[in-house]
Amino acid sequence: MALLKVNEITKVFGGLIAVEDVSFEVNQGEIVSIIGPNGAGKTTIFNMLTGVYKVNKGTVEFEGKEIQNKAPREIVKAGMARTFQNIRLFPTMRVIENVLVGDHINIQYNFLDLLFRTKKFRKAEKEAAQKAIDLLESLELGDQINNYAKNLPYGMQRKLEIARAIATNAKLIILDEPAAGMNPQESEELMKFILKLRQNGHTILLIEHDMSVVMNISDRIYVIDHGRKIAEGLPAEIARDAQVIRAYLGSGGVEKDAEQDA
Amino acid sequence: MKILGEIYAKFTDFLDAKKKIVIPVLYLVLILVPFLFKSQYFLRVLCLIGIYAILTMSLNLIAGYMGQTSMGHAALYCLGGYFSGLLGSKLGWPFWITLIFGIIGGAIGGLVLGIATMRLSGSYLAVITLAFGEVVEMIILNFNSVTNGPLGVRNIPRPSLFGWEFTTSNGGFYWLMLVLVTIAVLVSLAVLKSKFGRAVIAIKEDELAAKLMGVNTAKYRVQTIILSGAMAGMAGAFYASMNRYIDANSFNFDISMTILCIVIFGGLGSIPGMIVGSILLISFPEVLRALADYRFVVYGLLLILMMRFRPQGLMGGLSKKPYKLPRGVTLPKALQARKEGSKGKQVG
Repeated sequence: MALLKVNEITKVFGGLIAVEDVSFEVNQGEIVSIIGPNGAGKTTIFNMLTGVYKVNKGTVEFEGKEIQNKAPREIVKAGMARTFQNIRLFPTMRVIENVLVGDHINIQYNFLDLLFRTKKFRKAEKEAAQKAIDLLESLELGDQINNYAKNLPYGMQRKLEIARAIATNAKLIILDEPAAGMNPQESEELMKFILKLRQNGHTILLIEHDMSVVMNISDRIYVIDHGRKIAEGLPAEIARDAQVIRAYLGSGGVEKDAEQDA
Repeated sequence: MKILGEIYAKFTDFLDAKKKIVIPVLYLVLILVPFLFKSQYFLRVLCLIGIYAILTMSLNLIAGYMGQTSMGHAALYCLGGYFSGLLGSKLGWPFWITLIFGIIGGAIGGLVLGIATMRLSGSYLAVITLAFGEVVEMIILNFNSVTNGPLGVRNIPRPSLFGWEFTTSNGGFYWLMLVLVTIAVLVSLAVLKSKFGRAVIAIKEDELAAKLMGVNTAKYRVQTIILSGAMAGMAGAFYASMNRYIDANSFNFDISMTILCIVIFGGLGSIPGMIVGSILLISFPEVLRALADYRFVVYGLLLILMMRFRPQGLMGGLSKKPYKLPRGVTLPKALQARKEGSKGKQVG
């Protein structure tokens, strides 16, 4: 059974159909990418999955349970956490605090516990701090825990955002254009990082523009254009798909080439 | 003695070695003040400073941690004062019980304000809190049968303990103020260093991101304002009993503005900033009485200069100290090495 199964979801803004009848699924342990030209509706899909937007039609099933139109925190609790296209860390909080906010839903104590510093409180806080440190260390951010998030270099901020999402104990990590604004070297590093996440047992759904990243690490790819799914398949298949090439490069070039051939 | 030491150690867990000595000494000096200075005027000013320290710590929860503006904070202070004052004056209840009702009164005000502003921020929130302040003032002025309207509430009882009545001149109110300020500090600290505090600060930093990390932002917004209201209510109950008379003017818009000024002056989000800010800005008009009306010109200038040269406030800004981890947590390898390295240097 698929971890995430999206059935014909549709989003309408006023008269504009942003996403129409898009279906896809993600299996446990996969890296799945959604690609498409600017304005195709990729981020809208992510916003529907994570509860930022309401779904007008269709269902989103996570581990067999329908989660569409639930509050974002219900969706996080179900096991899906995301990063953002334009990094949205908590800039003047420490690196470790950013991760601890990600762990928020898993830290269990009530207001009286925190007021009177009960045993339960101290135990929970200690475990949370240790978990955050171990997680940051495993992502090579161990030496940065005391730093403020805004002072980190760009690549590390991306990693920290991913760490924060992992801290929620999410089974599926949703990455919204993680390579945006990165130079080829940084993208290369990010690619290795994402592959490592998969090795550690995380399932990843990715939106990405950077073709070198997408083609190299995805198990499967879905292509969206004008709010509709136009292709799906293995990276090699997608790279040859005429419809995809047309969506990305326009049809003019292809037709001219065809005329010349004729 | 040993048990007492252990209890002290548990409750001062968050302090570093230096503060563990400085703070008891500071408290000892503070406790001795009424024996050294017997002037009623002086002790009254100190009590006012304490009231503003509590009020600013209360607003600091909303403005400093959560990053929202409240322009009607005196309304919560007012509710505490009236709940406590009326019960004491009309029903003759002892102060200790009316204090609790004052806290509850402030918390109820916070609940109403919190629900009304749950999904608002920025200038919208500022306007609603301003309106809330005005509404409370209008209710107090016009609900004659309960609040005595513009005549105010008189003969509010003073607290007494084992037959000893607290007054300003015998230092009773001063010591009570110390206890209440300490409670406000401890509550602020307890909230700050927990998942509650992290969630609330995350709301300030990026509300959408906080929401998508599973933080119930609406719940935390309301809870923070309730807690803030309870603290302001505590200050109100104290003021009512100390002054023995309150009316709507004791809690008007000017008070809201003073609280907001001190919070910004002291440094948003800083607990010591609230206390130092209150000491400076409340004692300032008293110290400069010789200047008569010109002192408010100086006061204004001071605030403008502050905003120009130190916009983060006296004590605001980001701490450069390492993050305080719970005891017994294993540090990351990179930092362990660094720590051992520095230790080695000290030995060498």
